[in-house]
Amino acid sequence: MPILSLITFAPLLGVAGILALRLFGKADDPKTIESSKWIALVTTLATLALSILLVVRFNPADNGFQFVEETPWFAGLYYRMGVDGISVLFVLLTAFLMPICIAASWKAIEKRVLEYMIAFLILESLVIGVFCALDIVVFYIFFEFGLVPMFLIIGIWGGARRVYAAFKFFLYTLLGSVLMLAAILAMIGISHTSSIPELMVYHFDPKVQTWLFLAFFASFAVKLPMWPVHTWLPDAHVEAPTAGSVILAGILLKMGGYGFLRFSLPMFPAASHFFTPLVFALSVIAVVYTSLVAFRQTDMKKLVAYSSVAHMGFVTMGIFSGNAVGEQGAIFQMLSHGVISAALFLVVGVIYDRMHTREIAFYGGLVTRMPLYAATFMLFTMGNVGLPGTSGFVGEILTMTGAYGVSTWTAIVAATGVIFSAVYALSLYRRVVFGTLDNARLADIGDLDWREVAIFAPLIASTLVLGVQPGLVMNLTQASVDHLVSAYQAAIGG
Amino acid sequence: MTFSADLGLAYPELILAIGALVLLVFGAFAPKAARLVGWGGVLVLAAAAVQAAIGPLGRGFSGGIIADDASAFAQVAIFTASAICIPLGQRWFERRGVHNFEFPVLIVLAALGMGMMAAAGDLISLYVGVELHSLALYVLAAMHRDNAKASEAGLKYFVLGALASGLLLYGASLVYGFVGSTLFSDIAAAVHNGANTGVLFGLVFLICGLAFKVSAAPFHMWTPDVYEGAPTPVVAFLISASKFAALVLLTRLLAEGFGGAMIQWQQVLVALGLISVAVGAFAGLAQKNLKRLWAYSSIANIGYAIIGLSAGTAEGVQSMLVFMVLYMIDVIGFFACLAALSRKGRDMETLEDMAGLIKEQPGIALAMTAFSLSALGLPPFSGFWAKVFVFKAALNAGLPIAAVLGLVGSVVAAFYYLRLIKVMWFDGSVGATDKPPAEAKAIAVALALFSFPIVLAALVWIYPAAGRAAHAFGLA
Repeated sequence: MPILSLITFAPLLGVAGILALRLFGKADDPKTIESSKWIALVTTLATLALSILLVVRFNPADNGFQFVEETPWFAGLYYRMGVDGISVLFVLLTAFLMPICIAASWKAIEKRVLEYMIAFLILESLVIGVFCALDIVVFYIFFEFGLVPMFLIIGIWGGARRVYAAFKFFLYTLLGSVLMLAAILAMIGISHTSSIPELMVYHFDPKVQTWLFLAFFASFAVKLPMWPVHTWLPDAHVEAPTAGSVILAGILLKMGGYGFLRFSLPMFPAASHFFTPLVFALSVIAVVYTSLVAFRQTDMKKLVAYSSVAHMGFVTMGIFSGNAVGEQGAIFQMLSHGVISAALFLVVGVIYDRMHTREIAFYGGLVTRMPLYAATFMLFTMGNVGLPGTSGFVGEILTMTGAYGVSTWTAIVAATGVIFSAVYALSLYRRVVFGTLDNARLADIGDLDWREVAIFAPLIASTLVLGVQPGLVMNLTQASVDHLVSAYQAAIGG
Repeated sequence: MTFSADLGLAYPELILAIGALVLLVFGAFAPKAARLVGWGGVLVLAAAAVQAAIGPLGRGFSGGIIADDASAFAQVAIFTASAICIPLGQRWFERRGVHNFEFPVLIVLAALGMGMMAAAGDLISLYVGVELHSLALYVLAAMHRDNAKASEAGLKYFVLGALASGLLLYGASLVYGFVGSTLFSDIAAAVHNGANTGVLFGLVFLICGLAFKVSAAPFHMWTPDVYEGAPTPVVAFLISASKFAALVLLTRLLAEGFGGAMIQWQQVLVALGLISVAVGAFAGLAQKNLKRLWAYSSIANIGYAIIGLSAGTAEGVQSMLVFMVLYMIDVIGFFACLAALSRKGRDMETLEDMAGLIKEQPGIALAMTAFSLSALGLPPFSGFWAKVFVFKAALNAGLPIAAVLGLVGSVVAAFYYLRLIKVMWFDGSVGATDKPPAEAKAIAVALALFSFPIVLAALVWIYPAAGRAAHAFGLA
């Protein structure tokens, strides 16, 4: 059974269902809208079930690609799918966050609900496709087309400056991507294959590697995003609807980190090694600088957005440390950040749905009215800070350990970022949740309802479980990471 | 070769010529049966396409007509595109009170000229083909004669087109003067060991004349004005089949006639291609009228096709042929959308007219979104594959700078395609549209479905067919 194609295209069945609803019913009939939400929820849950099945059947001892599918196409191209220990967890993360997004949009989205659900389902299909693709052209198709649903999500259901944010998001990412496309075409021209496993063992000339690396770097650095090409991210986050931010921070950013792991390191080891100091420098600047910027924000979503850039700094640092600890840490940090930042955007969304403002100054003293909310917010704030016991801690400590082995200074400077993250995250928490309840409009704000509890429960559980039992992830990634690191070290003669 | 064997090679052209004359006479005696003439035109074009696909191969009339895989590929594509334009245009004119049978006849005559361009083997048939198709197009552009803009467009097109024909003829006479023959094969023999300055001079004039016909910058000045004024279905025809024919002719001329001077024409083509991409991308940013916008978009896209051609390899020609076939489908589809849209009897041609179209006409808005994304070069739409093959060919031929600059140009152009999508999807509606005519909507939706997903299956045979056609040109 081609399980990967099944998982990838399963969300499109939901799209077909909603389109059928639209064709046979009225678009603005409340019944149609209600059923479209259920179709979307059931489809994403079914995809999640399939992904869990995939992870269960995955053999962690095998360091190669599993569940491989291959069908010849035209012009010497192939449709190839497969997962290894690095990608399988991202498939799970995507499938895990999608039902949460649908549930979080249940009441918040009031206009053009059918189109919204379709956009999310298509986006899920494309993101899973990115992580499953084993052919570089197939990868590019999924990677690039993902821009369109996100463009529409930001542009149609976003805030006041949504058009500006949508264009900035699209054009920024597109410029990075077309350079990558040029590199992909050059690689196919040189190596005469578009298969990712074959390209991973192909030895490109070191001079060519430099150019190819830079082209891929342009795309992934924008996507991740790294300082200084991160400026599209705060705009996109602030204007996007809550669920859009969740997907953006939780999954779309991870495509950049995944790209480094899948393409840059194995295919251009010499260039990766050569550019490591640059990446380290950009990473620590991201960690320190964007943490400080986050501290000065007055908009909650923007604050969380900048904290994302800082956390992604740890990811790039870990990836380019080139040792097993760093890679494991980077992967773990991406998964953990996928859960925690997604949760933080949902936390912001909860009070935004009630008050329709994200100004920090508007709030204060919420703990007296919303105790459950305050507890939830506390947990994810601690996760964001990297408190031991939450998943945030594991990723940060591992990436710093990995980087310490290569560059002491990088690790030391990055470690200050942990303190800065405590500064902005705790001060946000204090200003919103503690203090006195001065604002009269907050007097009868309600606590979390059962739907919101149901949304946060899986996120809380995974933050804590991964925090105390990181082995669940590490065991799955171990073999593939060891394989990646040994190949990389052999290539750079380390 | 015997005369009858020569005639056998020219059957597609003969079918069109005789068919056009019969239709003309029939139309003159039965002016009420204009629709019948239209279907007759479709039938004639289909017959010519089938004959081109299955007919004998070879060179006839002392080399003046070439029937090979390349001409067959081009003719099938051109005749099919022409056939789609007939119902699209005829109904469009009918709705505007213009009931005439000349439209299909002129399309068939233009297709005849294009067929000759695709099959030209010497400078004479080159010129005859170009003139035949141009004259028919001038009339088509001015066909909506009560409309001042359309008449202006036709006149402008004619005056500037005549200038380009002059350039072409001058170049041809220079080449003939220095080589002593009009046959491409004789020219090839003469420039085998490098061309002398006189021949090169002639070649540059020939390239300029044809660059005008495909509206490559800096010979693009007429394009936006003519496309804005000319009737929408006529623009669909101008922008697709006519450019494809001229590019095939350019390929034939350069590959067969001037293969020995590749180093020289390669530079010219790279420059033409990159300037076109830049002009199309930047000038398009300022356009509010969609027909003008698509004129600039087409300048940029022709630039990509020329970049593919400039690789000077069989792979490059193959990529250009695939590019043009996919591009033709996209533009005809886009103009079919425009032909289908009106509000209270007024044509919808500007960006503002499209506001909130997704609510008014979801089918057509989705089709236009698909064509815009395809023109942007976004995977998995057909425009992406078209660009991929072009840039792959350019990279493999050692033109990385051209490929990267071309790709960056596509990011600039992305802005105006996105703006159209933004207007259709994000903005509020500005009023109900009229019910779209069935045939234009059907053509638009069908071609949008080709752009995605049918293209993914269709390329399985288009790509190798273009490969065989490319090898017929005799490049390495």
